[in-house]
Amino acid sequence: MALSFMEGNEALARGAMAAGCNFFAGYPITPATTIFSNMLKMLPPTGGICIQGEDEIASMGYCIGAAMAGKKVLTATSGPGISLYSEQVSFAIGSEIPLVIADVQRLGPSTGSATRGADSDIQFLRWGATAGVPVIVLAPKDALDCYILTIHAFNYAEQFRCPVFIASNKEIGMTKESFDLNSVTLPSLVERTPYKGDNYIPFKADPDKAPPFLPIGGKTLVRQTSSTHGPDGYITIDPEIIAANQQRLRTKLHAARQQLSLYEKNLIPETDTLIISYGITSRAVEDAAKILAQKGQPISTLSLKTLWPVPEQVILKTAANFKRVVVIEMNLGQYINEIRRILGGKKIDFYGQMNGVMITPGKIMEVIENE
Amino acid sequence: MNSFLNTDRPQVFCPGCTHERITRGLDNTLVNLNLDADKTVIVTDIGCSGLFDTFFNVHALHGVHGRALTYAAGLKLADPTLNVIVTMGDGGLGIGGAHVLAACRKNLDLTLIILNNFNFGMTGGQYSSTTPSDAVVGSEFLNQAEIPIDICKIAKSAGATYVSKCAGHDPALADELAKAITHKGFAVVETLGMCTGRYTKHNKLTPKVIDQMIVDQPIEGGVVKENQRPEYGKLYRELAKEKTQFPQTLTIEKSFNLTTPQRQEIVILGSAGMRIVTAGDIVCHAGMSAGMNVSIKNDYNITVLRGQSVSEILLSPEKIGYTGIESPTLVMALSLEGVQRREKIFKNLKPSTFVLKEKSVAIPETRARVFEIDFKKFKIRKQDWALASLGVLAKEKVLFSKEILSFALKTRFNEKVYTLAMETIEKIY
Repeated sequence: MALSFMEGNEALARGAMAAGCNFFAGYPITPATTIFSNMLKMLPPTGGICIQGEDEIASMGYCIGAAMAGKKVLTATSGPGISLYSEQVSFAIGSEIPLVIADVQRLGPSTGSATRGADSDIQFLRWGATAGVPVIVLAPKDALDCYILTIHAFNYAEQFRCPVFIASNKEIGMTKESFDLNSVTLPSLVERTPYKGDNYIPFKADPDKAPPFLPIGGKTLVRQTSSTHGPDGYITIDPEIIAANQQRLRTKLHAARQQLSLYEKNLIPETDTLIISYGITSRAVEDAAKILAQKGQPISTLSLKTLWPVPEQVILKTAANFKRVVVIEMNLGQYINEIRRILGGKKIDFYGQMNGVMITPGKIMEVIENE
Repeated sequence: MNSFLNTDRPQVFCPGCTHERITRGLDNTLVNLNLDADKTVIVTDIGCSGLFDTFFNVHALHGVHGRALTYAAGLKLADPTLNVIVTMGDGGLGIGGAHVLAACRKNLDLTLIILNNFNFGMTGGQYSSTTPSDAVVGSEFLNQAEIPIDICKIAKSAGATYVSKCAGHDPALADELAKAITHKGFAVVETLGMCTGRYTKHNKLTPKVIDQMIVDQPIEGGVVKENQRPEYGKLYRELAKEKTQFPQTLTIEKSFNLTTPQRQEIVILGSAGMRIVTAGDIVCHAGMSAGMNVSIKNDYNITVLRGQSVSEILLSPEKIGYTGIESPTLVMALSLEGVQRREKIFKNLKPSTFVLKEKSVAIPETRARVFEIDFKKFKIRKQDWALASLGVLAKEKVLFSKEILSFALKTRFNEKVYTLAMETIEKIY
């Protein structure tokens, strides 16, 4: 058995390559830079393009242009860069431009700490664009996840014509580890649906789907716009057309919630406590669960890989028979609000920590034991 | 084709607005050049100039304020066969200034038409980056406290390979635009025009005044000789073509069986320049060759040439969860800076923990088993201490055998470096 050995950022870049990524534009920022440097090594030999933008706004603009010319694009940054991406992310969401955005999160707010981890941006990624349109956010817990979830992210971006975020963390991105890539089945690749017909209307789509795609530069003329548009891609003020499009942008993701719900769970019979976590914290939770089981106090765990859209049914069904739910986050409470919303009435405890270091298994056991 | 104008989308500019003339001028250009509509894209941003993409039967991308050049660059890089034309007002010029400079420096084959009408028409005639200080605009007195920019001069100094300026009403406009579009590289054309809805209501700006402005601020139009160089996309593709080596994933086969594989939590405390991270990598390679799961985290300063360098390594027969070090089984204290960075760990070390300490490095009091080595005595240079420490561990039968260490060094280094590394290790044997 041969193990691969790499940091999460390299795994993410290799996942992108496996997904057929052929364009990257980004701006250096710790702890995401090595995604860029890996893409810069891997894209040129495969005929792909890798560019350093003059800033994060430009990097996203390059990605948007390339995506509209038909490329499968990736960019990578951290919290301060996501702030700058925001206006372009709004454009990509509203105008259905497929992109994958890696956010290797660091301790915020603002400049914060370049080399200290935190799950700083969990709500920011969801709500960091205008109009509140749903987005897809996937959260890896280790290097192997970085690889696999990036393939999922490209698939979702293509299928739903939208930006997909990977909410990584300094503690995953810059930690090198061994993993067995042959131990998993990789998702098969999904490509954006090309329009077939002779009367292309760029944003005409079924009410719960993304429109078929044609590239700028192809035989059929394509219109793309950041303005409120009708199916024809021209500005509209018609309330019915506007309403239908706004609704479709929501429905295309919400109707696919089940397909989009990625998670791992370890349910132990006759336990009354369920810990819900995501990202790097899930690993400490698993360690804590193992030790508690050895001590004769087993607990169950649910580790979410999809954070947005919220896997509501998964959370609801998994938590149904537990007396106590404990949510652990590497921030002072961001996703807990979603859990409380979904599991209203249930006993829910929370532990969050935001001090630049990971939550230890010991701390989690303390939270579980000190009911 | 005798016109690219979209008859379904007539122009909507205020009467007398120069944008209308420029639209027709650009149409004549496209016709005269006989461009393929499906190989042409108009990229726009916000403001009245941002309406241009709707008037033409070509591909269109209308984006957010000031960012048109960024989409244009992405399109052109992705599809070098496209004719990419960007229209931008003096508003977009100001807010997207960084992109204009970058486009000048890159020299990607794009055409930027700046529709300078000296104010923000759409939002009420506020001052822009090109509004004269003495103009009367919708920003009260604010423009009096600033000076306007001359984008042609800026573009030249930033490396644009084609720069020209002309009146939007100039009958030669179509020819001027044609020259810019056929130029292979980044071309900037600044057009001066009248915003009749806002600016000319309070300022005496007529075609005659604009003509005089061009006479008063002459720019040697056209190809900028001193900036001529290869087009960015072409150059990029040539350079990228030389990169033929795809970096393969590093994998390590299990090649050794440990009798009792045990979880190890290893901390290497050193300084910049001591190759601490490399030593950490070698420990990981050794672990993997013995079938262990491994993880490594490194802590060093942003200024990488000074300060501490600390590696934290986990080796485990089980899958690794939490990647922090809670209870080190092995500490290598190789520099004071490194020790100071993790001072707190010494107090709680177990008696079973093995501490390898270089003679010159002081460590806090600890219950752990301390093994001291004087590398200077072995004539080992400081930058080799971390590597030599791995040899000491092998010799003391603490971590891996010499055989495993040698295997790990082979997977990490080329033949030459491997030989040197083994020479260092042999010194302490």
